[in-house]
Amino acid sequence: MKTSAGKITSHAWMLAVFVFLYLPIFALIIFSFNASPMVTNWGGFSLRWYAELMEDREIIDGFKLSLRIAFATGCSSVVLGTLAALTLHRFKRFPGRTLFAGMVNSPLVMPEVIIGLSLLLTLVSVQRIFGFPARGFATIWLGHTLLGMAYATVVVLSRLQEMSASLEEAAQDLGARPLQVFFLVTLPLISQAIASAWLLTFTLSLDDVVISAFLNGPGSTTLPITIFSRARLGLSPSVNTVATLTVLVVSIGIFAASILMSRAEKKRALEMAAAYRKVD
Amino acid sequence: MATANRNPFSLHSKFTGAWGRNAVISVPMVFLLLVFLLPFLVVFKISLSEMDAVFFREILSWRDDVVVLTLKYGNYISLVQDSLYFNAYLSSLQIAAITTLVCLFLAYPFAYFMARSPANRRPALLMLVMLPFWTSFLLRVYAWKMLLADAGVFNNAAMALGLVSEPIKMMNTPFSLVLGMVYTYVPFMILPLYANLVKMDLRLLEAALDLGATPWQAFWRITVPLSKSGIIAGSMLVFIPCVGEFVIPDLLGGPETLMIGHVLWDEFFSNNDWPMAASVAVVMVGLIIIPLALFNKYQAESTGGGRK
Repeated sequence: MKTSAGKITSHAWMLAVFVFLYLPIFALIIFSFNASPMVTNWGGFSLRWYAELMEDREIIDGFKLSLRIAFATGCSSVVLGTLAALTLHRFKRFPGRTLFAGMVNSPLVMPEVIIGLSLLLTLVSVQRIFGFPARGFATIWLGHTLLGMAYATVVVLSRLQEMSASLEEAAQDLGARPLQVFFLVTLPLISQAIASAWLLTFTLSLDDVVISAFLNGPGSTTLPITIFSRARLGLSPSVNTVATLTVLVVSIGIFAASILMSRAEKKRALEMAAAYRKVD
Repeated sequence: MATANRNPFSLHSKFTGAWGRNAVISVPMVFLLLVFLLPFLVVFKISLSEMDAVFFREILSWRDDVVVLTLKYGNYISLVQDSLYFNAYLSSLQIAAITTLVCLFLAYPFAYFMARSPANRRPALLMLVMLPFWTSFLLRVYAWKMLLADAGVFNNAAMALGLVSEPIKMMNTPFSLVLGMVYTYVPFMILPLYANLVKMDLRLLEAALDLGATPWQAFWRITVPLSKSGIIAGSMLVFIPCVGEFVIPDLLGGPETLMIGHVLWDEFFSNNDWPMAASVAVVMVGLIIIPLALFNKYQAESTGGGRK
């Protein structure tokens, strides 16, 4: 943007969108400190809702369950996603490649009610024939993994495409066997993408409502399901407190991650520069 | 698959041996076939069955040495005859289209300005865009309930300031629904657009300006066409999930906003009519199959780039 009019427009537009994005978040945080139980009528500053949160068994249990499912989902999605990304990146021709690519990408956009319903009906049919699985942790984990795998594949695949193939080829030329090439060369290079994919799928799983609602069973109520049922009934200060804590954790996480990433970038750039200098 | 060299770790086999290659391909493939494709077939089958108190009746049954295949297509007839479903499908498509256009309108200039900002500022800007994305969407949609309610933040502020004497009805309207949808999906539009615009070769724009184009002309005839794949990717990322969205209509929508995702949910959870819910799902997939194919095509093109 060279002109000052251009600059003003650009800054104004970006600011407007940022205000749009952040206003609700700030409102959530501010009103979590509202002494009045009528969430939107300010009644003074108070921490009482945070104290009540500590006693809220439903939320705490839901949170613990969601955390466990999210952790498991992160791991399974990353494993499957990396395998799928490697497949798409490396193997250009194999029977069913178009179908494979379609199946990997579709959960990204497929409405969750469809994913949830179809998985539930399948699991119920399987249960009728084989007697298992019971709906609960494992079934929610399965649904979240399907979704997470799609996201993980996108993240890892884009990193694989950016990565220079010459490094792997060099390793092969030097005598490394395929498995060694993968573990010693490829994996370290995509490790950051794998970490981002893990965090992304972890967050997705922690936040998921619809798939969890379809696939949960008695005794396996996740935090989002609890929050959703409370939100449907109206405004509740407990939701505000959960929101504030979430924003706090996410902000710290993103901030820490970006510091770590920029440090790793600088270190890598220095190493690459040093390597090229030695070749001269 | 037989190969000349059977040793999976042989130095002479092409990159990975057949054993390794098959393992890498088949693990995700089998997972997807069982967890993604198979359920679609199950849904289709169940949409043709009948609800039997607690469970659905099997479509294949046999008695007296006769195998009977019972296909109840009545569910689909209801879908066509009952105007509720037709209206729900139509309004879902309309709302998804409006949401996509509004997102595009907000996101394109934003992504453009972000891509043209000084390079050292971009990571911070990106981080600021991602932060809402990483915060639970459920909580952020709930926040709009707080803001738009009749006794909500906006109305309280407006009345306190004397701007209005009565609360403005903003909640549970098509306005609040579209607002909530745009709010949730705008990062999905910003990111592909930004990824596309930031990689654009600025020299093309310089060349156009040198050849006498005004900045406005250069924008419409060079930048926009080059960002086409970003526009399509972003639009599909918004449009397709919006059609089947349930949570946002449930929290922010109202009696005038009928969304097919909500209808499906009600058929399943409230009416306990699984075959009906299944047929609603089948038709929903039919509606989004073309945008879905478009999305897959653009994904394939972007991944077909292969190695550098």
